[in-house]
Amino acid sequence: MKIHEYQAKELLRAAGVPVLAGKVARTPDEAAAAFTALGTPICAVKAQIHAGGRGKGMVKGSTQRGVELAKSADDAARIATGLLDQTLVTIQTGAEGQVVHQVFVESGCAIERELYCAILVDRHAGSPVLIASTAGGMDIEEVAHKTPELIITEPFDPDRGLSAWQTRVLSARLGLPAASWRAAEQFFKALTKAFVNLDASLLEINPLVLTKDGTMVALDAKMTFDDNALFRHKDIAALRDESEEDPAETRAAAAGLSYVKLNGTIGCLVNGAGLAMSTMDLVKYHGGEPANFLDVGGGADVKQVTEAFRIILSDKNVKAILVNIFGGIMRCTTIATALIEASKTVGFTVPLVVRLEGTEVEEGKKILANSGTTIITADGLTDAAKKVVAASKGLKA
Amino acid sequence: MSILVNRDTRVICQGITGKVGEFHTRGCLDYGTRMVGGVTPGKGGETVADLPVFDTVAEAVAATGANATMIFVPPAFAADAILEAVGAEIPLVIAITEGIPVIDMARVMPVVRASKSRLIGPNCPGVITPGQCKIGIMPGYIHTPGHVGVMSRSGTLTYEAVWQLTQLGHGQSTCVGLGGDPLVGSSFIDILALFEADPDTHSILMMGEIGGSAEEEAAEFVKHHVTKPVAAFIAGQTAPPGKRMGHAGAIISGGKGTAEAKLAALESAGIEVAASPADMGAAMVRAIEHKHKNKNKKK
Repeated sequence: MKIHEYQAKELLRAAGVPVLAGKVARTPDEAAAAFTALGTPICAVKAQIHAGGRGKGMVKGSTQRGVELAKSADDAARIATGLLDQTLVTIQTGAEGQVVHQVFVESGCAIERELYCAILVDRHAGSPVLIASTAGGMDIEEVAHKTPELIITEPFDPDRGLSAWQTRVLSARLGLPAASWRAAEQFFKALTKAFVNLDASLLEINPLVLTKDGTMVALDAKMTFDDNALFRHKDIAALRDESEEDPAETRAAAAGLSYVKLNGTIGCLVNGAGLAMSTMDLVKYHGGEPANFLDVGGGADVKQVTEAFRIILSDKNVKAILVNIFGGIMRCTTIATALIEASKTVGFTVPLVVRLEGTEVEEGKKILANSGTTIITADGLTDAAKKVVAASKGLKA
Repeated sequence: MSILVNRDTRVICQGITGKVGEFHTRGCLDYGTRMVGGVTPGKGGETVADLPVFDTVAEAVAATGANATMIFVPPAFAADAILEAVGAEIPLVIAITEGIPVIDMARVMPVVRASKSRLIGPNCPGVITPGQCKIGIMPGYIHTPGHVGVMSRSGTLTYEAVWQLTQLGHGQSTCVGLGGDPLVGSSFIDILALFEADPDTHSILMMGEIGGSAEEEAAEFVKHHVTKPVAAFIAGQTAPPGKRMGHAGAIISGGKGTAEAKLAALESAGIEVAASPADMGAAMVRAIEHKHKNKNKKK
């Protein structure tokens, strides 16, 4: 789960990580009032969307950037007007962009140097790692690709956290003046603690700033949380902003389904994540384009399958649907019955190709054959793919 | 022979009194697995499926001589259950539970690595040696005893591959589900080493997916340490970056973990790559035949 920058900074402030004073605004008047209340000569007005690249991003149909400096209350109001309820397009939003519903007005600071730091769980190390680089404000993926020697990695134990000596290694390699090492130690220790205690899956500070007076400040903050750990963080779960998420994905999650929308024309309904991904690959291999990833899980019932079909059909690009089930624990007879029930309730407007395999497959196929529905049955993966690709193009296989 | 489990493996189930734990304990018993007991704290003295239930893993091991455990404990308590099993020195710990917080697993990993226990999973279908022992949730009947070692990060995709192999007349020595989470106890490399050393395994089929670099590391290992024919499939070739594909570990992030990079690594290691998921069994057969031809040429 993702949250906004201003929310991440509230969490970080509470965890003892230095951030600048700031206020969230939902109208230009609020932005102007925030500027006045902060009382600094300069403020940054930052669009709040769940995507990075805002500084270089631009509002559709104007020259307004996603982040701009304001020198007066009027200035802040003008920038807020340029952003609020407008669509911001950044390198991470895709061409369609994302609508800005709020801006964050934040005090300025005197920047000496811009650095980069992030914390994530490293699969190979089997532990969380802190990654830092002198290349602040830059795209870290590009840095990692072109100048990997600029990236410093320090793994740490979740309970012990980062050791003092590790923070000195970081400080030295980042070229921080010795007078700031103590500040850096406090910063990195508080940050790693916040990562672990809040069950984050990614905590990225880009840029991390060394100020003119030698302190460390998180100028930006991007936080993503481990969905599997939200059960023990009700306060964080409450920060979810559904307006930032794909409505179909939110709806699927509520039904216990795993759904990701894609741009193709063939809807897919599969049991198991690996098989669901493979089914998308199969469709593509046979010349079609998958419209979605959808995993109904191991024990899908009539209700879930019905909801799954509704979600797939809510995508107007879908021209045909492929159901691919390998019945293990889930019996093919169960899924066949659910398919027929669902098809009656939903009322299919596009061809439906079904491939069943596994437990009670013959009985399952019989149920489909005798159902009187227009379901197209397939034998094997290749046959199913060919049939659904043909159907999506209005042809007969 | 086989790897990890056989007809002598003595298995307990942690979380046996739960609905899912009991259901799959019965499934394993039906398959012929030597289930010897279960553990649920506070329910010691009860019986489930005619098996004794103990309060702690240590008690269960002392009373039953168990040398493997299958964990169905709910996600919030599963990491602790793994640690308890490792603490009781059970040699093989198989965690089926899906949805364990990744930080909990980060706490478990160093303990497992410093111990003599081997952890498989979490978020995996389990391990099966066809005809001998099934520990997990896979449908037993699709498997046939034979000589292909199968390993995978996914559940139903493994069933698909096993089914194709069985249809083509190739049985399996052992099938191992590694799990779909970012942090799992055993990697492709760990299992490759076991398959390579197992005289009953003649060839190896692996199913990887996007995210992480386990497949690239496996390819490198195959290049230098595996003499047996290897075939592979990578799921998620059409998955977009930055989106989690069901499995917590299946995500392309920071330009890493793409299917292209994995496929390139596999091919450069001489691994036969399946072009589509329908081709997994056939790719294994091609790899076996290819290896035979080369052998004959050398003679």
